[in-house]
Amino acid sequence: MNGYARPGGRKGIRNILVVAYLVECAHHVAREIALAYRQRGVHLIGFPGCFPNAYADRIMRQVTTHPNVGAVLLVSLGCESFDRGGLAETVAASGRLVHTVVIQASGGTTAAIAEGRNWVENALPSLAAALRGPIDLSELVVGVICGGSDATSGLTANPAVGRASDLLLEQGATVIFEETGELIGCEKFMAARAASAELGRRIIASVEKAARYYAAYGHGSFAPGNAEGGLTTIEEKSLGAYSKSGRSTICGLIQPGEVPPGGGLYLMDVVPDGEPRFGFPNIADNAEIVEMIASGAHVILFTTGRGSVVGSAISPVIKVCANPETWRRMGADMDVNAGRILDCAADLDEVGREIFDCVVRTSAGQPTRSEALGHQEFILTYK
Amino acid sequence: MTNPDDPRLLRLAEEDNVCAVRSAVPPGESIRIAGVEYPVAAEIPTGHKIAVRPIAAGAKVVKYGAPIGSATRAIQPGDYVHTHNLKSDYLPTYTRQSGGHHLD
Repeated sequence: MNGYARPGGRKGIRNILVVAYLVECAHHVAREIALAYRQRGVHLIGFPGCFPNAYADRIMRQVTTHPNVGAVLLVSLGCESFDRGGLAETVAASGRLVHTVVIQASGGTTAAIAEGRNWVENALPSLAAALRGPIDLSELVVGVICGGSDATSGLTANPAVGRASDLLLEQGATVIFEETGELIGCEKFMAARAASAELGRRIIASVEKAARYYAAYGHGSFAPGNAEGGLTTIEEKSLGAYSKSGRSTICGLIQPGEVPPGGGLYLMDVVPDGEPRFGFPNIADNAEIVEMIASGAHVILFTTGRGSVVGSAISPVIKVCANPETWRRMGADMDVNAGRILDCAADLDEVGREIFDCVVRTSAGQPTRSEALGHQEFILTYK
Repeated sequence: MTNPDDPRLLRLAEEDNVCAVRSAVPPGESIRIAGVEYPVAAEIPTGHKIAVRPIAAGAKVVKYGAPIGSATRAIQPGDYVHTHNLKSDYLPTYTRQSGGHHLD
């Protein structure tokens, strides 16, 4: 596989120019700049809030210096609180091309769009000249999540992704899983898989924290529909989600935006410490995907039973479809058909190997279905 | 060589004492588990669980290689496993029928 060598040693599997708005007031201008180049690897990301927030600041610094990103255009209204100078310095210090359009200084919508497009036009040829170099599986970071789940998710796609995860880890790759709020009931089992007793205690504490946080918002994970689908207990539901992580040793607990130090399996602690603030920790699947990308994920493995269509800005999303009926209806949005397991047409190991192969092909440059369909979702809120 | 397990059984981990079924098993049919045919008394809907080993009352029910709760009565291979014979070790399970009450 050939990747993109970035200053600092990390390597990318895509060569994206991101246009990032730093407040909702700059969203339209940023979108108008980016849309003109959507076929040429330009993605739109941003943060809508006007008040400063350390979490959003950290995530924006991480995603704009992600190894899949080669150049960055920041779009500011001018009076928002976001530290645009600090962000531009971080990106420049990473060796990437960066420019900031300040709409109030440019003279309004039309002038700011023209300035931004002019910069992108000039940046794209230098981006295309980015240095290529071999990238090994041991340099790859893969995030695993589920969304739009149904009763089939925990039977086919999630355990098959777990097998793919084990295969990736054998090759020295890094795998990140998360959703501590949906792992309630398997924390002791998870702790037993931890590399050390101390890590095991921290894992248990992170799940207990998630349970308290969700309880404060009146959120229960087990719904009557779960029992109708064949799930009997909260542990069983949680284990179905947890099976995405495979059976390898858990070697660390990371915060969103923290890049794992080396190969191995990591749990992301998505729930902030302290009293609940700012609402639910992750308001949609793409908020979870953004955090994994901020922690360096080059590729996301996304399992779905009912059928999600999302992709993401910056890193490709591989969708693994759990339900054979959903595959028949929405197969054009899916990369891997794990529902074949229910049709008795494949076993978990075969589909796990297929997912592993899909990660390799995607990392070598083949577009995923959501990339081919133009999906570039991105959402970042306060935390 | 005949597969010792019925192809409808979906085993998530080797050490499990329950399997999911890939498609519904109607009552009156038999199902082959580890080379032995067991009669199925109650319909097992798609994705629901069937015992593949004897499970004593109070013993852990194991799926994904991990305990998913405890048996509330003795369970035989071929038995349907759900809220009538398995309970969470954490939280009560709510169903529409139970109207929010804990199912014993």
